[in-house]
Amino acid sequence: MEIILALAIGVLTGSGVWLLLRPRTYQVIMGLALLSYAVNLFIFSMGRQGLAINKAPVLVNGVPQDLAHYADPMPQALVLTAIVIGFAMTALFLVVLLASRGSSGTDHVDGVHSRTEQEML
Amino acid sequence: MTQWIADLMPHLMLAPILLPMLTAALMLFLREERQRLKLAMNLLSTLLGLGICAYLMRWTSSPASMAVYIPGNWPAPFGIALALDRLTALMLVVTYIVALAALVFSAARWHRAGVHFHSLFQLQLMGLSGAFLTADLFNLFVFFEIMLAASYGLLLHGSGRTRIQAGMHYIAINLAASSLFLIGVSMLYGITGTLNMADLARAIPQVHEADRGLLHAAAGILGTAFLIKAAAWPLNFWLVPGYSAATAPVGALFALMTKVGVYVILRLWTLMFSTEAGLSALFGSSWLILGGMVAMAYGAIGMLGSQRLTHMAGFAAIVSSGTLLAATGFGQNLLTAGLLYYLPSSTMAISALFLIADVVDRWRVDEGSGEPYEDEEAPFLNAELLPTEGFNLDEEEEVLIGRAFPAAAVFVGLSFMGCTLLISGLPPLSGFVGKFAMLSALLNPLGLGTSSGMQAGWTGWAMVALLIVTGLLALVALTRAGIRHFWANPEQSAPSLKVAEGLPIAALLLCCVTMTVQADDIMHFTQRAANALHSPDVYVRAVMGTRPVPAPAQKKAQEAAGPEAAARAAAQAEDAPPVAGISSPSADIAGAASPGRGAAEIETPAQLQERP
Repeated sequence: MEIILALAIGVLTGSGVWLLLRPRTYQVIMGLALLSYAVNLFIFSMGRQGLAINKAPVLVNGVPQDLAHYADPMPQALVLTAIVIGFAMTALFLVVLLASRGSSGTDHVDGVHSRTEQEML
Repeated sequence: MTQWIADLMPHLMLAPILLPMLTAALMLFLREERQRLKLAMNLLSTLLGLGICAYLMRWTSSPASMAVYIPGNWPAPFGIALALDRLTALMLVVTYIVALAALVFSAARWHRAGVHFHSLFQLQLMGLSGAFLTADLFNLFVFFEIMLAASYGLLLHGSGRTRIQAGMHYIAINLAASSLFLIGVSMLYGITGTLNMADLARAIPQVHEADRGLLHAAAGILGTAFLIKAAAWPLNFWLVPGYSAATAPVGALFALMTKVGVYVILRLWTLMFSTEAGLSALFGSSWLILGGMVAMAYGAIGMLGSQRLTHMAGFAAIVSSGTLLAATGFGQNLLTAGLLYYLPSSTMAISALFLIADVVDRWRVDEGSGEPYEDEEAPFLNAELLPTEGFNLDEEEEVLIGRAFPAAAVFVGLSFMGCTLLISGLPPLSGFVGKFAMLSALLNPLGLGTSSGMQAGWTGWAMVALLIVTGLLALVALTRAGIRHFWANPEQSAPSLKVAEGLPIAALLLCCVTMTVQADDIMHFTQRAANALHSPDVYVRAVMGTRPVPAPAQKKAQEAAGPEAAARAAAQAEDAPPVAGISSPSADIAGAASPGRGAAEIETPAQLQERP
């Protein structure tokens, strides 16, 4: 399970950072979205006892109340907040992106037409 | 009256957050046409906030040094905590002074240039105050996002292509920084099991040896997020285009935003990596010094190379925060006191420069630039600085123009000179006092006369040289700009300057003059703030030792059990066993066995749940 999660975070971060450095606004917003998914998964894995598998963060009668028997609820609360804020910020960025596209007539992050065809691929 | 305010005290420290939030929410109900009412509400709220912050600052300097408020009534590491100490109070007062100046300036014209300016302005204030007050890392993230979301809106205020472009870059870099922030925060939680800053300070010396590298990585990632905000080199290339594209009052307000990054680094670094932090003591200090010093050099060269006044103000902000970061990195008590004196004066000077730049730019603006300057004040001069065709500057016309505000040019010129003195750190204003205090602390680390034999290392000497050289470069750059704008063309007419624009510039500069006159008192205040920063166990003990207020039912039960029992409970609450300080080896990492938490009166399920 750890290896799957680690790979997922790694692939998402890698593609996110690569897209973030691309010259088109659409690629940038996609990169930011992927990066925020990676961060959310990362927060999720940062419980006190590492990754908890098959454990719910809800107390059950008769089960000892310690982290050996439950998932750490704290990262779940953090990730929830992070998802909401990240979503709002992505929506805002999308609006600015469209405004930029409308005012400059190009998809380039600097609002100028690219010098070469190759650059925008 | 004073007694009445004093009774409000522990609750009053919520006001800098709640007041702007309420005002912003109320203003959202008003239609966009009711600008005057919104402006009045905004002004009233900001004035009230300034009054409250000034009271809080006085409060921290007289009866007690710290106040801790637990809004959820849960004991410290579990619930949200707000902490007010001298540094926080100082930052709050500076924030509200600059905000008030920016708001009055915007009342002249800029607040009409877009929608929801006043709500966004108040939300920005809320985010700033929250970031200064919070004692909890995740709460800090939330307040940062509030502040940033409002700043995105404010940066786009006035619209236009340059602002949208600059806004997009600004949002992208800040979203990336927020990701780093989250990664750092969650790693710190994974290692130490807490997000409360005070608890974190206690946990760090006890971190397991194998986790030490991970801890440093977490701190580094978190620090990078703040260094992006604080504009340390090489994370500051976004700043100048962004800040200079913003409308003038927003630019003035943004001069504060870099200081938030500096504040957070100062707060967290002194708490987490103080000299008592065992193996992690002073972690990253060389990076702070290096990044800060290169930022100083970069900013000074940038000032020298820029033509536009707003660019110059942006680079001045970089110089200022570079100076602050580098001075923070030395971790010396006297130096910190000096930088805390330098911080308000440089912030206010840079805000004033943003405001002056707007007046000067409008005075010099060419007609074809397409800037959304508002209409009624037609620009007098074209790009070649010659009188515009068809705009007759013969004697009658000149009298007509001159009558509007004859002293305007003198006023703008003099205030520009004041800004030059403040930013380059020349006597007699507060910029000089602040820089002098820092230079003196660098050369005499233990104070004048007591530091014989103590040598400033090469970093110390480099810092001394940079402080002087950047001051010189800033002086050259600003003088050149001043000559170009105020002296080069003797025939130009007076700038159009409304009272609402002149007033805030004058007020900001007057604050700096007051700081110079009152330098002794203020230095005492900042010295005590620095002392508190460098002995973090006071902060830790205050936050961790705050007891929740007993619920009414519980209180009644205690009283019913007899007066002795009630007295015993009260006594127990008063001298609950002292919380283990950071140097105490007995507290374990998660702190579950520490006596402070054992003494908590109510065991909530959530508390049990969080115990490993």
